Amino acid sequence: MAEQRQILLAAHEVAKHFGGVKALHDVSLTIHRGEIYGLIGPNGAGKTTFFNCLTGLYRNEGGHFVFDGVKLAADAPHKAAAVGIARTFQNIRLFGNMTAIENVMVGRHLRTRAGVFGAISRNPATRAEEAAIARRADELLHYVGIQERAHDYARHLSYGDQRRLEIARALATEPKLLALDEPAAGMNGTETEALRVLVEGIRRDGVTVLLIEHDVKLVMGLCDRVAVLDYGEKICEDVPAVVQRDPRVIEAYLGG
Amino acid sequence: MSGESGRSPRGLQQWLGLLLLVGVLLAVPFVAALGGQAWVRIANFAILYVFLALGLNIVVGYAGLLDLGYVAFYAVGAYCYALLASPHFGIHLPFWVILPFGAALACLFGILLGAPTLKLRGDYLAIVTLGFGEIIRIFMNNLNAPINITNGAQGITLIDPIRIGDFSFAKTSTLFGISLSGPQKYYFLLVALAALVIVINIRLQNSRIGRAWQAIREDEVAAKACGINTRNIKLLAFAMGASFGGIAGGVFAAMQGFVSPESFSLMESITILAMVVLGGMGHIPGVILGAVLLTGLPEALRYGIEPLQKAVFGRMIIDPESLRMLVFGLALVLVMRFRPAGLWPSSLRRRELSEVTD
Repeated sequence: MAEQRQILLAAHEVAKHFGGVKALHDVSLTIHRGEIYGLIGPNGAGKTTFFNCLTGLYRNEGGHFVFDGVKLAADAPHKAAAVGIARTFQNIRLFGNMTAIENVMVGRHLRTRAGVFGAISRNPATRAEEAAIARRADELLHYVGIQERAHDYARHLSYGDQRRLEIARALATEPKLLALDEPAAGMNGTETEALRVLVEGIRRDGVTVLLIEHDVKLVMGLCDRVAVLDYGEKICEDVPAVVQRDPRVIEAYLGG
Repeated sequence: MSGESGRSPRGLQQWLGLLLLVGVLLAVPFVAALGGQAWVRIANFAILYVFLALGLNIVVGYAGLLDLGYVAFYAVGAYCYALLASPHFGIHLPFWVILPFGAALACLFGILLGAPTLKLRGDYLAIVTLGFGEIIRIFMNNLNAPINITNGAQGITLIDPIRIGDFSFAKTSTLFGISLSGPQKYYFLLVALAALVIVINIRLQNSRIGRAWQAIREDEVAAKACGINTRNIKLLAFAMGASFGGIAGGVFAAMQGFVSPESFSLMESITILAMVVLGGMGHIPGVILGAVLLTGLPEALRYGIEPLQKAVFGRMIIDPESLRMLVFGLALVLVMRFRPAGLWPSSLRRRELSEVTD
């Protein structure tokens, strides 16, 4: 059944090492369109490294990614964003001295065109585009539920709101795949539950989600399939119920 | 949202403010002329520096790229004008050909400087740009052999003034019954140019490109992840800033009638940067204030210190020139100590820095 579904992202034997440390050892995995796919593993297992290779922040030494049927030439992060991979960061990276809505407006950069001459002349096309950018940014702030903070500086937002703002900014790039790096880190129970609802809504609206998370309960409840990384190797990939019972996973998490 | 009643007085206030500003700007060259044409020239330089500082503000204030070689673009623009409108090569092109050409040439140099420095930030970028500024100056100083292009340290003289038909900016003429001297005419030209650069600055700030610059300044990695081609956007900042420098250089050459490498020393770059930082980085009114103060203050000290010393001590105790620099330096230190965000920062930067000190 799962094999029938369309593959959005396929990682083929992706390898990355830092000096002598093998951060990723021939990791292959496939993410289907419309899926919420979890990537879990103990600290230092290579989850974020995988994200960084996927989004072009790192250059992987081996293997490659095929995204939406096209091999990724992931040598620059902005190119990854252009083909439809948006991400958030484990240690939130917002534009702190810009307002919330401006942060989301920056996310629209990729899908808009106005250049210097448009900006200086403020011709009708540029004005219309600016209005559309602001409107879309406002919609996205509503979508993630922080519209009342639109004109606050990003760094003055609460932790949970900053996470949401980062998601709104990523969604502004119109991604096909949204990669979330530990979005629930530091959140309390209520915030985590709200995040779960948000991520499910994002999936329902047609965006595939790749999720790195430590909160095992969240991952197991939310994800359709889960891959487990340990010491840079994928040790398991399956539906949550199977992964939870896998002895290698239990060993990796509980220590052997 | 305030109602209609709240809006109209504010609108009126704004109009009155604008009217007052225009009135003051119109009066300045005539009031200054009472003290002699030298004061009009000082006012002209103040506005020329406003122009330069706002150009640098794009690079430093908006995109957050520390550029210590900004004077190089000023030099490129000035020499471009000097070579294309002087007896040196016997070429005499009109200013409306040279100024855009000078801007384009400076823009090209901006990209030449920007391209190799894209991966550098902060201190490292500052050092490379500093070197670049010096290289340009040294080139100007030595490009007199084997072919004499820049006439070396002697500089280029007898540069054509800006001229529209028979209306020359160098001579006194009567317009609408008012007698205008050369410097007064340049004053109005400079004010018009400065108004233009202010509008461009404001419009860029609130645009897609302006936001991309801010995003790079805030967090380059996140900007990339948002799909911003940081290489191109940074080059754009360098190119924009440089072309303003080029235009300023051209006007400078025409106004002075003379250029030499001496005018484009590192000190000049530092002064322009100080104007931006002292006034309030990224905040247009602040940058304007910084430029006016830093041009006006040393001149006021030049004319004020000698009489002051004579009045207080009855004779000259300290050489006015060294005292002038001392007072000037002290003023800079004091401002940075007590107003670290600049004299007139944007409300945001003020808060940012006050939180740090809390």
